[in-house]
Amino acid sequence: MIHFPVLRWGEPYKSLEVEKVVHFATGEPVAEVSQANPGLVARDMRRAERARQVLREIPSEELLARIQKAGSLFSSAELPLGEGTQTPEEFVRQQSATTGLPEHMCRMNMAKLRYVLDEIGNILRSLTRGLDLDMLGRGYGEEAGLMRSYQANTPVLGMVLPSNSPGVHSLWLPVIPLQIGLVLKPGPQEPWTPWRMAQAFFQAGIPKQAIALYPGGGEVGAAVVGHCPRSLIFGGTPTVERYQANPAVQVHGPGFSKILIGDDQVDDWEEVLDLMVDSVLVNSGRSCINCSGIWASRHTEEIAEALARRLGPIEPLPPQDDRAALAAFTVPGQAEAISNDIDAGLQQAGVEEVTRRFREGDRLVRMERCDYLRPTVVHCRSPEAGLAGKEYMYPFVSVVRCPQARMIDSIGPTLVASGITRDESFRRALVDARNIDRLNLGAVPTIRLNWHQPHEGNIVDFLFRARAFQMA
Amino acid sequence: MSTATGESDREKIEEARKRLDAHVVETVQWHFDPATGCPFWLEWAASAGWDPRREVRGFADLARFGHFQDEWLRGGPVRRWVPNALADRPVYVFETGGTTGIPKSRINIEDFRIDYELFSETLPDEYFPRGSNWLMLGPSGPRRLRLAVEHLAHFRGGICFCVDLDPRWVIKLINKGWMDHLKAYQDHVIDQAINLLGAGHDIRCLFTTPKLLEALANRLEEEGSSLEQSGIEGIFSGGTEFTPQWHRFAREELLGNVYLTPTYGNTLMGLAASGPSGPENGYKITYYPPQPRAVIQLVDFDDSSRLVGYGETGRVMLTTLTREFFLPRFLERDEGEREPPCAAWSWDGVSGLRPYSRFAAATTVGVY
Repeated sequence: MIHFPVLRWGEPYKSLEVEKVVHFATGEPVAEVSQANPGLVARDMRRAERARQVLREIPSEELLARIQKAGSLFSSAELPLGEGTQTPEEFVRQQSATTGLPEHMCRMNMAKLRYVLDEIGNILRSLTRGLDLDMLGRGYGEEAGLMRSYQANTPVLGMVLPSNSPGVHSLWLPVIPLQIGLVLKPGPQEPWTPWRMAQAFFQAGIPKQAIALYPGGGEVGAAVVGHCPRSLIFGGTPTVERYQANPAVQVHGPGFSKILIGDDQVDDWEEVLDLMVDSVLVNSGRSCINCSGIWASRHTEEIAEALARRLGPIEPLPPQDDRAALAAFTVPGQAEAISNDIDAGLQQAGVEEVTRRFREGDRLVRMERCDYLRPTVVHCRSPEAGLAGKEYMYPFVSVVRCPQARMIDSIGPTLVASGITRDESFRRALVDARNIDRLNLGAVPTIRLNWHQPHEGNIVDFLFRARAFQMA
Repeated sequence: MSTATGESDREKIEEARKRLDAHVVETVQWHFDPATGCPFWLEWAASAGWDPRREVRGFADLARFGHFQDEWLRGGPVRRWVPNALADRPVYVFETGGTTGIPKSRINIEDFRIDYELFSETLPDEYFPRGSNWLMLGPSGPRRLRLAVEHLAHFRGGICFCVDLDPRWVIKLINKGWMDHLKAYQDHVIDQAINLLGAGHDIRCLFTTPKLLEALANRLEEEGSSLEQSGIEGIFSGGTEFTPQWHRFAREELLGNVYLTPTYGNTLMGLAASGPSGPENGYKITYYPPQPRAVIQLVDFDDSSRLVGYGETGRVMLTTLTREFFLPRFLERDEGEREPPCAAWSWDGVSGLRPYSRFAAATTVGVY
């Protein structure tokens, strides 16, 4: 069976404790994963400075070239895995088997990661506003005749990764070229991407001493956060609340991403129907950038009905089927708990599940070893409805009736907002809204990211601080 | 560890079984005699509809008690647990966890001393030299550990230094997400240990928890020293965090030539020692309870009347049988694999101890 060891600065370490990762539909073991104990992290972090040191020995241009080569290897090469190797197609099948994500979505996410690596030079130029990257390694330098200095806040970035969507790995890809080491704690069902990416990096010439990988339980994640001066973690609202005041931790929680239709455009809502469907459905609604709320002051019943007509009939299909639009829930009881939560929300007056009218069968589809939730469109007559502010890990959207004047104050924290409006005053209000992170003005799906722009904070600002520096 | 398979082993197992049956009868007679028993069990018997003194003839008969309920130990009056025959003796009260609500309390008079004296027999003098001093670095306060480890040191001719850690505060810090405070508190505890180890007290034996052992070893190393150089020769530690992987990690990366032995115990049971564990057996840890004073059984998750087979996984069911405390068939918050008797212990043991998987998600373990 495939075995994933712990990687201690690139050196494999087989733990006495292993967890089996199983096929979501058959229950067959697909791989076994060595489980780190938190003490390993604490011991290894004594050598964290070396991770940055070995990366600083490589000039930035060279580092960028190696990263781009890693992108090519990641998406096309046969790379080491366990005792043997893994082709890209095997990677797709294995990732689908343990995460429940359809294979074509795994391929799409793989292509996304490849794109980010291909574009890494431009992405870093954008995130650093054109800074000479060697200046980050050296710590200072002149730019347009001015002395600039940037100090790394940490020699390594800790990452506590999720299992829900492999696309999130794009967030840590710019870290190595910034000459910062990586300390990764993979999600329990998704050891595949961190491992394969690490192997691609190594084959492309990134020093092994720059990357550590610690599969394990929650206490290992806590050790990563506890021992890395800067960490990036993923979790639900409680995790976000726990860490949001901690400057050493950047938390990526639910996105609550939304489409806000202005009064000036709402009569033409049919023109953006495809955009709305894509924003809800792409990647099986698993991303924080998937739309979970569509807000407008009128036509909301018609919008909800049109969405439900498109989304309601979608059924689970085998993961090998290129038409499969839904990912399986592999954690027992999770889909049922979500479905029950929705049913409880539907008890409120003024809240209706519209997909019920366009779907044969129940929302919850139980299989032998996994479950599915079929796309769900809910209409809320007011923003006060509990379901107006919900996000779930599948294609779920609330269409909420709300006067434009109340919209921004009512939507709550919003990772991506697509404002469908040409009304200058509404556009101005959206630009100024501090509860919106990524803002799209005009007909842009919430799931379309511009990788040259920061995501939930600029990672360069998180890893480096600008400071005064003089030299006589 | 060699399993008990020969004729003489079988005889020893049978002998242990008979001794247990006799001990059960004696213990039940004591606890249900109005002259010697405690108010709780006497009241219980008055409404039970059967007389344990007449009907319990061996260990198997304890099934008639059903399962001891941990709620019975929460709240007072604590005197209802003091056997009438011991009512004039000084009584200690020890508490378990107590992270939520009222903690469980167990009265104690001599049991902790007896338990740790028995445990002392399992400690090799080579690594725990008689007459040397000890450091107890871990949770004390209302727990049995502080007095028990101190008594162990006394029993072996040494003096015990103590550094406290309050696990209830640690759990609060974790639940609140106050990780800076958690780190500061751990540093505060380790600072005190470092001070004591460097103060010329000839401390050569240590009790601590796995987490504190890691922190102590790492700190000593940061300061250019090590556990070995600090004078420590033998350590005992315990808890469900003491896994084979953790033991291997400690042996390979923290200890040098310092000896480390695992133990499993709690306020309700006593202390179970472990057979040898190391690279030769994949660091497997098998605990054997101090039978007949305490018995560990592994039972089916869904049918606690059924013992699982050897090598199979079950929930830990504990029975404690001392003159101070009668605890029949208590379902613990741990699970593991049932192990057969071995050359050193002629009764069942348990390996692979870990938090009971059906509770594990809601339990914070290994906080200290």
